[in-house]
Order: sequence, then C-alpha cells, then structure tokens
Amino acid sequence: MLAGAAENLFPARMQMALSLGWHIVFSCFGIAFPTIVVFTEWRAHRRGNPILLDLAHTWAKAMGVLFAAGAVSGTLLSFEMGILWPGLMAPFGEVYGFPFVLEGFAFFLEAIFVGIYLFGWDRMSPRAHMLSALPIIVSGVAGAFFVIAANAWMNNPTGFRMENGRVVDADPVGAMFGPSTWPQFVHMLIAAYMVTGYLVASVYAVGMLRCRRDRYHRFGLLIPLTFATVATPIQLLVGDWIATTVAENQPVKLAAMEGLFDTGRGVPLSLGGIFLNDRLQWALEIPWGLSLLVTHDPNGEVIGLQSVPPDLRPPVNVVHLAYNTMVGMGSALMLLALWLGWTWWRKHSIPGSPWFLRATAVSGVAAVVAMETGWITTEVGRQPFIVYGILRTADAVSPAPGIALGFFAVAAIYAVLTVLTVVVLRRLARSHDTAAPQELEPVP
Amino acid sequence: MTLAEVVLGVMFVGLIAYALFGGADFGAGIWDLLAGGTRRGAPQRAVIEHAIGPVWEANHVWLIFVLVVLWTGFPAGFTPVASTLYVPLTLAAFGMIARGAAFAFRKSITTLPMRRFLGAAFAVSSLVTPYFLGAVVGGVASGRVPQGIAKGDVVTSWVNPTSTLGGVLAVLTCAYLAAVFLCLDALRDGHPEIAEGFRLRALGTAAVTGLGGLVGLFVLRADAPQLADGLFGQALPVVALSVLAGVASIVLLVLRRYAAARVTAALAVATILIGWAAAQYPYVLLPDLTIADAAAGQPTLVAMLVVLVVGSCVLVPALVYLYRLFQHSERITP
Repeated sequence: MLAGAAENLFPARMQMALSLGWHIVFSCFGIAFPTIVVFTEWRAHRRGNPILLDLAHTWAKAMGVLFAAGAVSGTLLSFEMGILWPGLMAPFGEVYGFPFVLEGFAFFLEAIFVGIYLFGWDRMSPRAHMLSALPIIVSGVAGAFFVIAANAWMNNPTGFRMENGRVVDADPVGAMFGPSTWPQFVHMLIAAYMVTGYLVASVYAVGMLRCRRDRYHRFGLLIPLTFATVATPIQLLVGDWIATTVAENQPVKLAAMEGLFDTGRGVPLSLGGIFLNDRLQWALEIPWGLSLLVTHDPNGEVIGLQSVPPDLRPPVNVVHLAYNTMVGMGSALMLLALWLGWTWWRKHSIPGSPWFLRATAVSGVAAVVAMETGWITTEVGRQPFIVYGILRTADAVSPAPGIALGFFAVAAIYAVLTVLTVVVLRRLARSHDTAAPQELEPVP
Repeated sequence: MTLAEVVLGVMFVGLIAYALFGGADFGAGIWDLLAGGTRRGAPQRAVIEHAIGPVWEANHVWLIFVLVVLWTGFPAGFTPVASTLYVPLTLAAFGMIARGAAFAFRKSITTLPMRRFLGAAFAVSSLVTPYFLGAVVGGVASGRVPQGIAKGDVVTSWVNPTSTLGGVLAVLTCAYLAAVFLCLDALRDGHPEIAEGFRLRALGTAAVTGLGGLVGLFVLRADAPQLADGLFGQALPVVALSVLAGVASIVLLVLRRYAAARVTAALAVATILIGWAAAQYPYVLLPDLTIADAAAGQPTLVAMLVVLVVGSCVLVPALVYLYRLFQHSERITP
C-alpha cells in the first residue's frame, strides 16, 4: 500500500500542477476581465463611441470563451481534490473544505450572470446591462478569495487542534482567516489584473506592429495596458507584504526562495545562482538585501535551511529559480509600466517607439510566466508538506494503482483544449459575428 | 432529523437538480448523437442546441456543489468513494470537459470538419459520462466501497452487475428526460414534426427504462441484497410513487400533454434517486458507515447549513431569472 503511494506521489503532483497551472490563467480572466470589459462599455456609452462599444462586445464574447474553458478545467480540479489527495480531504475536509462550498456558490452566480450579460447585450438598456455585470465582478473576486483562503490555510493551517493525531475543534470560519490569507489574496488579485491586462494588450500590440494602427487597436492596447500599468507598482508593495508574511510564518520556504543555508544577521539578497552542497554558488549578492527586505532592518535575523533536518526542506533550486524568475518578470513589467507612465505624463500619448509595442507584445507572456513561477514558489516551497508542518504530501496522495496514467491523459486533453481555445479566440478576433458559448446561435 | 441529515438532504436536493437538469443536458447530447447524418439531423440538432445553449454551464455546476458539500460535510464518506472509484470518476470528469468544451466552442466554429469533430466529441461524451456516474452510484449502492482510503478494488468496484445496471439506467433516464423536455422545446420553436419525433422517442425510452428497472430488481436481489431489501422495505412507498409517475407520464405523452409530462417525468426520476437514498438509509456507505459516522463536526455543519440557506436565497432567484429570460426570448424571436 505504501509503495503505491510512493510511486503515485510524483505523477499526482504533476497532474495537479498541470491542472492548476492551466486553470489559473483562465481564473485570472474570470477575476479581472469583467471589470475591464464593463469599464470599456461604460466609456463607450458615456462618449457615444461605437468603436469602444465594438471593442467591449468582442471582449465580452472572448470573456465567455475563456469562462467556458475555465469552467471545464475547474470541474476537473474538484474531482482531483478527492481522487489524488484523499489523505488530505479525509482528516481536513471539515476544516478547510468550507471555502470551497462558498466558492461553489460564487462560481454558480458568476456562470448565471455571464450568461445574462452576454445574452442581454442588445436586449437590455445600457444601464441595466452594465448592472448585470456587477454580480460577475463581485462573485469573481469573492471566488478568488475563497480558493486562496483554502490555499493559504495549507500554508498556515489554523482553526483546529490536533489531539493524538486526530483533528479536533474544527472551526471552518476561523480556518479561512489565517495569517497568509489576506496577503496571498491581494497578491493574486493584482496578479489577475496584470495577467489579463498585459495579455489582452499584447494581442493589440501585435496587431499594431502589423501596421493595424486604427483607433480600434489603439483603444484595445491602451485600456487593458492602463489597468495592468496601475496594478504593477501596487504588486511591488504587496510583494513586500507577502515576503514578510512568509518570513514570519514559513521561514524554511523563504530560505529556499533565497537559497539561504545558514541562519544569520545582515543577510544579503541573492539573485540567480545554483544551490550545490548546501551553498548557493555563482549568485549575485546585494549586501544586507534580504535582512532589509524581510525585517526592514539591515541587521535583522533571517532563518536558514539549516534550521530543519534535510528531509523537511523543499527542493531549493526549483523554488529559488522560480522565485527569481517571478521577480525578474515583475521588474521588467515595472519598467514597461514606468515607460508608459512617463510618456503619458509628458506627452499624453503612448510611446512612439516600435520597441514599446514589441515590449508590450511579449508583456502578456511575461505576466503569465511571473504568475506561474509565483505559484511554483509557493506550492513547491511548502514541500514536503501539503499542510504546512502537519501533513506530508506523501501521506496525502492516493495509494490506488494506476494513478500515474492520469497525468498523461490530462496532458493530452489540455493540449487539445489549448489549441481549441486559441482557434476560437482567433476566429473571434477576425470575425466579430462569432457567437460566444453563452449566446444563442441564430437558428438556421 | 439530525443536523447532519439536514445537510445531507440539502446535498441530495442538489444531486436531484443535477440529475434533472444535467441529465436532460446529457440526454439531449445522446439524441444529438442519434439524430442521423450531418444534413438529415441538422434541424433536430438546432432544436437541441437552442434548448440547452444558454444554460449549459449552470446545469453542471450542481455536481460541483454536490462534491464540495460531500468533502466538507462528510469527508469520511467522500474520500473512500473518490479514491476507490477514481477510474470512473476521472473518466466522467474527462467526459464533462470534452462535452462542455465541445458544446461551448462549436458554435464559434464554422468549418465543417472541425464542427463535426466537436459535434462528435459532444455527443459521445454525453453518452459515456452518465454511464460512468451511474456506475459510481452502482458501486456505492452495492456496498463495494469500504471505509478508508482506496481500500476497495479499483476495477470491480465499478465493473460489476449493479454498476452496469446503474450506468445503463443513467443513460436511459437521461435520454428519456431529454426526449420529454425537448417535445415542448421543439413545439415552441415551431417544429411540430420534430416534437412528434421526440414524443415517440420518449415513449420508446420510457418502455425500455421501465423494462430495465424491472430486470434491475432481479440484478439487485442477487448482487446488492442489502439495497434490494431497503427498496422493498422502507423505500417501497417512494418506489411505488416513481412507478406511478412513470406510468402517468406515458399517458400524458400519448395525450400530447407535454408540459404536464415534464412534471411527471421529473418526478419519476427524482423518486428513483430518493428511493435509492431511502433504501440505504441511515448508511452513507453500505454495509456499515452511517451518516453520523461520516459527518463532520457540529461547527462545520452549522456553517455549511447557514451558507446553503443564504446562498440558495441568492442563487435560486438568479437562476429563475436566467431561465425566464431565455424562455421569454424564445417567444419573441421567430
């Protein structure tokens, strides 16, 4: 039985990583896109601008397509929670399952109002129509909070006691508000705006590089890019908040993020490098950097990996590399945001250089990479635990034979699904009459 | 009635809603599969698509709701099922992905080969997904899911007489529900000849489903005696009601009273599920895991009940509004 669990651990983790990593991109659109679409619709009505209205309608349809892809991938995740991790759900379902119940309601409401919003495009007054998007925005953000609350609980489990290896005094509401919940939620919320904003803007940047520089494309670039540009510096501040939270509650995760072995004071911030023989080699070091970052004191103490036995340490290189990639991508996006902000302030227009369009064209991918590596940092950084300090991932995985095949099946299905989603979105961009999934098809 | 029973009851209402709305969706996909060649089947497929188009996502969220309530409120009942029956559950999840994505995306695609591929994916997954879900029910109902994590056989827990019966009945029930529902939709869309076709199919599937149920009683006697005893014991009134509702909907279909037939057909299906629950009460997992054993602690159940009540107060009006909006539009647009 135990041998089965040991064999299943890696494939199960990969299947979960793939399923979540795919779903999360679409979740970002579920969280942030409705705001951008409704903002555009509102401006269109305020200015009586048909180009903006056309843009908003196209985006609304794209939102429907992305929502459908997010919905089906979310369904798989709710099965996988029980199929892959029964050892987590059995003892702790009553403690941290509760936010998923709330998320069930939030998602249901979102699905209903996405249908109403798309269907009502030409059938409601502008005012009523924009109001019908309000539940989409609220339930999208609320849904994100609930899912993040569950994840934050895995990082900092609260709301129960262990007695002789059994869970007692489960408090499902208290479990939702551990120390990681708020910083993680805000971090994700802002990330959703960055991913959505930069990705949508990058589509129009590519169009403009191909000499389609009409007002439609300029609006299509500028509106989402503005949202993302505002979000980027905020994310920098939130990053500081979350780093101090991690340092306080999960010091070993922070040590892995930084490749720090020895506990000490006045610790430098390390960029790049490879962790070999308990040392980070060939890294660029910024003196006192890490101590300043997490304790806001150049001589502050930072705990290293040595504080726990080797079998309780996460895989350092994966976490360190992922974390550095996230920070690197975030910093690059910050430069892009500063460039746009500066030019807009001085000249009240977007930068004329083709390099600005080229940078914007890749900003979407950069934002997705930043978000995915951020998730790798927090998830791999929690290893070997699935519930930090309490339950090991190896003890939570299902020992059932044949689990390993699931990964390949999921990989194949998501490959097809990715191609399909891209084909449909491209069609939508080319022909604005294309129907969204939630719309009625004209009866032939 | 204990608190745990109330929460489980609310979950079961969600399960019935899934069987009715999601089931009719699956059934519509099955009729899509059987509608014939690309050209000949086109008018029927249009009616089907028109009927389920706008609400397809909403119908399947019921299942997610059932899952999350189970793993939070009844983890000791949920995890044995999820881990032992992971094969049919995974396949059902894949079916839902294929079905949902294909249905959602095919209206955005106009090239014929691509549409055919998506149409086929939609139709085939509509057939196999309810089979796997029915097989899961069969595995649970015949007591093949022992307590603990992955303690049951991962193959025979869903490849067995009761699971086969469950799967076949699930497919037939979906097809039957959809045929009954689509009669009215086709009539509303102004296609009385298509409505007539669905009426005959509804009558045919009603007969086959009834026959299947009859044969099923013998299968259960042999393969799931504890459940069979319950069905003929404490659940007998519910089973009788189901048979009565089934007969009534056949009569109503013969008389072409489609709206009334919808109600009795839904009642017949709901009472099958309630009959199953009543037959294995008070056990969540046969032979011996009771509701009380499987339930989470008091604070979790209270929190869930509050959310379920408050959430329903928000959700139900929104859902009713959605259905009314689309039904209304069908009448005003030709």
